[in-house]
Amino acid sequence: MRMVSRLVRSLNRTEALVGVWRQGLAVLPRLVWNPWAQVILPPRPPKVLGLQVVFRGNTPSLWLSMSIVTVQLGQCGNQIGFEVFDALLSDSHSSQGLCSMRENEAYQASCKERFFSEEENGVPIARAVLVDMEPKVINQTLSKAAQSGQWKYGQHACFCQKQGSGNNWAYGYSVHGPRHEESIMNIIRKEVEKCDSFSGFFIIMSMAGGTGSGLGAFVTQNLEDQYSNSLKMNQIIWPYGTGEVIVQNYNSILTLSHLYRSSDALLLHENDAIHKICAKLMNIKQISFSDINQVLAHQLGSVFQPTYSAESSFHYRRNPLGDLMEHLVPHPEFKMLSVRNIPHMSENSLAYTTFTWAGLLKHLRQMLISNAKMEEEGFKDPALYTSWLKPVNAFNVWKTQRAFSKYEKSAVLVSNSQFLVKPLDMIVGKAWNMFASKAYIHQYTKFGIEEEDFLDSFTSLEQVVASYCNL
Amino acid sequence: MEEGVVNEILQGPLRDVFDTKQLITDISGSGNNWAVGHKVFGSLYQDQILEKFRKSAEHCDCLQCFFIIHSMGGGTGSGLGTFLLKVLEDEFPEVYRFVTSIYPSGEDDVITSPYNSILAMKELNEHADCVLPIDNQSLFDIISKIDLMVNSGKLGTTVKPKSLVTSSSGALKKRHKKPFDAMNNIVANLLLNLTSSARFEGSLNMDLNEISMNLVPFPQLHHLVSSLTPLYTLTDVNIPPRRLDQMFSDAFSKDHQLLRADPKHSLYLACALMVRGNVQISDLRRNIERLKPSLQFVSWNQEGWKTSLCSVPPVGHSHSLLALANNTCVKPTFMELKERFMRLYKKKAHLHHYLQVEGMEESCFTEAVSSLSALIQEYDQLDATKNMPVQDLPRLSIAM
Repeated sequence: MRMVSRLVRSLNRTEALVGVWRQGLAVLPRLVWNPWAQVILPPRPPKVLGLQVVFRGNTPSLWLSMSIVTVQLGQCGNQIGFEVFDALLSDSHSSQGLCSMRENEAYQASCKERFFSEEENGVPIARAVLVDMEPKVINQTLSKAAQSGQWKYGQHACFCQKQGSGNNWAYGYSVHGPRHEESIMNIIRKEVEKCDSFSGFFIIMSMAGGTGSGLGAFVTQNLEDQYSNSLKMNQIIWPYGTGEVIVQNYNSILTLSHLYRSSDALLLHENDAIHKICAKLMNIKQISFSDINQVLAHQLGSVFQPTYSAESSFHYRRNPLGDLMEHLVPHPEFKMLSVRNIPHMSENSLAYTTFTWAGLLKHLRQMLISNAKMEEEGFKDPALYTSWLKPVNAFNVWKTQRAFSKYEKSAVLVSNSQFLVKPLDMIVGKAWNMFASKAYIHQYTKFGIEEEDFLDSFTSLEQVVASYCNL
Repeated sequence: MEEGVVNEILQGPLRDVFDTKQLITDISGSGNNWAVGHKVFGSLYQDQILEKFRKSAEHCDCLQCFFIIHSMGGGTGSGLGTFLLKVLEDEFPEVYRFVTSIYPSGEDDVITSPYNSILAMKELNEHADCVLPIDNQSLFDIISKIDLMVNSGKLGTTVKPKSLVTSSSGALKKRHKKPFDAMNNIVANLLLNLTSSARFEGSLNMDLNEISMNLVPFPQLHHLVSSLTPLYTLTDVNIPPRRLDQMFSDAFSKDHQLLRADPKHSLYLACALMVRGNVQISDLRRNIERLKPSLQFVSWNQEGWKTSLCSVPPVGHSHSLLALANNTCVKPTFMELKERFMRLYKKKAHLHHYLQVEGMEESCFTEAVSSLSALIQEYDQLDATKNMPVQDLPRLSIAM
């Protein structure tokens, strides 16, 4: 029986890990099952608790899942969003599910309900809102989706301007935000109304640019105000350490500090890390952004595709966002999540590789901790978790029978841990150095972001770093 | 302010491109006199010019920036051109002003060019968002080098005989070759590459407002040294990685800069790489990693790179690179200009031509020089920090 497990684990000290395993028909060795009904976690955001209750109360149909609306912002968000929907749908249509047909149908229906809405001529429409301040990328994204023939974006689901944000967080936040607030929120509302049961928002953006970061922070804040009962998870792209945008450190700290207040969870992906995966594991010689985006989409897909709920093996989990948040964000001070996924390999090696669970788990744990032994029991080591969370509570497993994408078995780990502290610390340090010499500040004050706003951001991020370090 | 050049354009192959209602000409010209261009013609034509700007702007859905192309040494380009900057700043304060200025070289045929240049520089410092200085001598050196390489046959069959960067063989219609054509072609290519990411799609777009945002850390320091590679066209379309890397290295060598400057040995404040063609992010990163150790960046901007990838290469090339650097290597050019100015000013040579124009006084000159001196001093201060070790400043500490 396959099981999807969520591994809660983190290298130094972690809050929670969620690992998702997808496997073919082979019998899985015994895995410990932790029904989350018994979990009693330390103070968590009340709305998640509330959502769980609602979930249980409903009479779930065997197939249906709660829907997630995706908001894609800026060039990065839109390019990635396209790859994510493409990956989700091509996986759900893939013939290598390695499970029974009934199983497959349940899986497909669940995936569809979650991310797509149906149209008359049978072409699913992605539940997504595309926002960008210049037209080129959105046009490209819309036409790529339509060309695939498998799915497309809604006709009125995009909002576009002409002039761009100039990599200026202040411009995205203080100028574009208020100016276009009404139109953007209208489009989002229409998309939400289309959902039978709405779970929450998945917002894809980058931290380094102007639209994704500035407008993204503004939109998230608005969503917090208008949809305070729904969950928001922000997927944020951490830029390369060198060479993308010169003011990326400023844009990043402003984004993170604002999102920490208004978002429920921040799922962070580093360009550097994914670049390494492409180079070392997948052996791609000339790595392009579309390669990077595809790897990212693969990781996200393996987290969000349907998995079994805890009640029984025949019901798919209805509310992945809610479940993720409940287990991974036990305290509002700790919101940064990261994802690790295996396997990643080039098409060529796929045919020659066989998978075993023990091997995968070992690899996963090694990736995660980079020095530990890998066994599920090993994840229970209390030394890995903070003192105020018992391992049995912090560790969770999600499973599903159906294989994901082209991999017969795969596992993914979502963790809330001290991993991201080091990169965060670096970014804050660099931004601080630049701030001390007042470089580029005039570009921000031009549009209403004053030095006090910078200082506020620095303070809140130093607080986050300190809290994580003290775990 | 004289009709010859404009008339020629109107009779040339591009006459249909320009709207005849958008032309302003006069008869006599400015006589290489900044004061005549700025004060006399400025006030005379201000309303007309403003009217034409407004008309053009109305046609645009979304106006992002103005490009001003002129020389610094003459009268109209430098005088009237800089007058226009002020007008644009007042009328369209949110629209960026990019200025491509041709600075006079050492052997210049206009004797009063130092006066004109320095007076114009003061206006540029105050009213332009971004200046791309170019000088004729560098352009000329680049042309001679290309001709030498191509004609000597050193590169064998790998190089096409006519370099597309300098000749107009990629242009729409053929016309007679003129003396400055090759040099002007280089500047034209510079502007093409600058706007390529805004015109074409790519995996990492860069608009013009991003140039100003990323490359101008302080409002005064907005002079960007540019370099363009490759300069010759290769017949082999599949470029091996070695050649690609060569392209990046060339962009930082002093022979490829469009100004007499050596950025490698001066301090970088910021650098932008705009790549066109079939180049991916991994190539870009590899080259940045490779070149970084040999370049000196200012302490608070150690990773001061802005990059952009555009998928459409220029005509006839498979890929190209434009590097824009905000670098203290512009300082020697300015210092030299100041010296030439002082040599003339001390003797008060030719000054009467300027002073007899209404509105001009000696204070204009002294103010202009002091503004330039202040700029040079700022660059000096930055240079002084060049070899100092990078110190991390104490950060905010949180009481737990």
